[in-house]
Amino acid sequence: MTKRIIATEEAISLINELRHKHGPLMFHQSGGCCDGSQPMCFPEGEFKTGATDVCLGEVDGCKFYMSGDQFEYWKHTQLILDVIKGRGSSFSLEIPLGVRFHIRSRVFSDEEVAELETTQPLT
Amino acid sequence: MSVATSAAPSSTLAARPEFKTRYEHFINGEWVPPSSGEYFDNVSPIDGKVFTQAARGNATDIDRAIDAAHEAFKTWSKTAASYRSNLLLKIAQIVEDNLDYLAVVETIDNGKPIRETKAADLPLVIDHFRYFAGVIRSEEGTISEHDETTVSINLHEPIGVVGQIIPWNFPLLMATWKIAPALAAGCCVVVKPAEQTPTSIMVLMELIGHVLPKGVLNIVTGFGVEAGKPLASSPKVQKVAFTGETTTGRLIMQYASENLIPVTMELGGKSPNIFFESVADADDEFFDKAIEGAVLFALNQGEVCTCPSRILVHEHIYDRFMDRVIQRTKAIKMGNPLDPTVMMGAQASDDQFQKILSYLDIGKQEGAEVLCGGDAYHQNDGLENGYYVQPTLLKGNNKMRVFQEEIFGPVACVATFKTTEEAIEIANDTLYGLGAGVWTRDAHELYQVPRALQAGRVWVNCYHAYPAHAPFGGYKKSGFGRETHKMMLNHYRQTKNMLISYGKQKLGFF
Repeated sequence: MTKRIIATEEAISLINELRHKHGPLMFHQSGGCCDGSQPMCFPEGEFKTGATDVCLGEVDGCKFYMSGDQFEYWKHTQLILDVIKGRGSSFSLEIPLGVRFHIRSRVFSDEEVAELETTQPLT
Repeated sequence: MSVATSAAPSSTLAARPEFKTRYEHFINGEWVPPSSGEYFDNVSPIDGKVFTQAARGNATDIDRAIDAAHEAFKTWSKTAASYRSNLLLKIAQIVEDNLDYLAVVETIDNGKPIRETKAADLPLVIDHFRYFAGVIRSEEGTISEHDETTVSINLHEPIGVVGQIIPWNFPLLMATWKIAPALAAGCCVVVKPAEQTPTSIMVLMELIGHVLPKGVLNIVTGFGVEAGKPLASSPKVQKVAFTGETTTGRLIMQYASENLIPVTMELGGKSPNIFFESVADADDEFFDKAIEGAVLFALNQGEVCTCPSRILVHEHIYDRFMDRVIQRTKAIKMGNPLDPTVMMGAQASDDQFQKILSYLDIGKQEGAEVLCGGDAYHQNDGLENGYYVQPTLLKGNNKMRVFQEEIFGPVACVATFKTTEEAIEIANDTLYGLGAGVWTRDAHELYQVPRALQAGRVWVNCYHAYPAHAPFGGYKKSGFGRETHKMMLNHYRQTKNMLISYGKQKLGFF
């Protein structure tokens, strides 16, 4: 089944490390300047999602959210949660470790878009 | 793969100043080691090497700074406007006297070219301190006479202790945009600089720390989750000012809602820069200015919230205009940011560099045409590990993700339009509304189009000017609050209304 969000092994390993320290986790994809366009990792429930957010799926048991209006511009792409070296600048939990969650993207094929709109409609 | 290479001419480089091996927090007028005893490396984006360390602040350090600010507020909030004004003028003078030094420090900390720190960042820092020193001397409260014996007086009172979270793209200037009006208004401040650029503000504090009474201005460095969050969520802070991205913006508003305090937010944009047909009516001085106006996407390596990252060009002038824009973009000189002839420097951090490359990848996947650039830029001569990206122009359509997301790099996306209505529609088809540019020789267009654009700042026949005295802030998801103008003072104050009766007659109710 096609997924809107998947994760690399490195990302899953980092999630496990953070979960060990902080408990259950969640992600919210940011937009805007500076550290925008990067995923933010928080303790589950720290960030209050609302009716305007959509959940794209889960990565290793952690829900991955995005603002609904942002999703309208992103929905033709699969998101791949990865990890890179770096610092970011936000309240994301991994930053003190000198690494940053990072989103890579892949454009869905027309077949995948059709499948997702049928099986996982979000709008 | 990129093939671009360059070797930096070492003879012309600005000399690197001596940095301390580590910088402590600045709290209550003193240098204070972090309570954890821990420091973190500060890497210069120029060469990817550690050049100093910063204190790794935590909730204990933040609390200490907030307490110092509260103690200072008892007297600072009651000082005369003339007193605060004079101290801001002193700070401005010290910055001016040390402009070259601070410019080099800022370039090493952030990676931007020395040409820009000398000509833009630091001169604007100086001017903004002077501007806020000036406006608090000239403004007044208001008074109204309601009837013969009733007078209503409105007075400004500082809101209290303010938490300010500063971005890394213009470390000293963005700090000044927030610190100057807050101090002018009579507030005391706790600043958390970005973890990518924690040093230049500490070097500034070495120069100006003695000017202000202790506790009025406190700086705590550290990571967002460890130092920024305790500051933003503290019940002892009366207001939070933030520049950054939308998720953190929402989180800070969430904390503010728990404390019922106001916030100001500047959250970025995806600014359209629109070039109407009349721009190319003549190949003259104005045409040349408009070409530069398009290439300004490369200013500060594109790491500007108002980066003119969507170039919208009338289809009739596309070839004539874009040929010259491409030519001018290709002429951007890259190299060592400390070389005064270099026009574009390094991206501020490794992860920022990687993010930009990811966007170049997604743009290509979506079918955007690379007009120039499109990859990393590799340099020799010790800069192999710096974070350099070629100035890039992508042609595509406004529904592509590269047209919708803030890449925060030297990347502009180009699209054409047929009519004024279409230009406005494309320009407003974005989640954000911070800046916009309108270029035209048509006197009607230059009034009508800016009013139709949903953006807080519309530059007309210019771009990327940030003078004090012109308010700056966003529409839509770009945030709220207006900086760089005296109206920012009211974001750091409350209104005390005194409703005074000088009649002697009772109401007669009881």
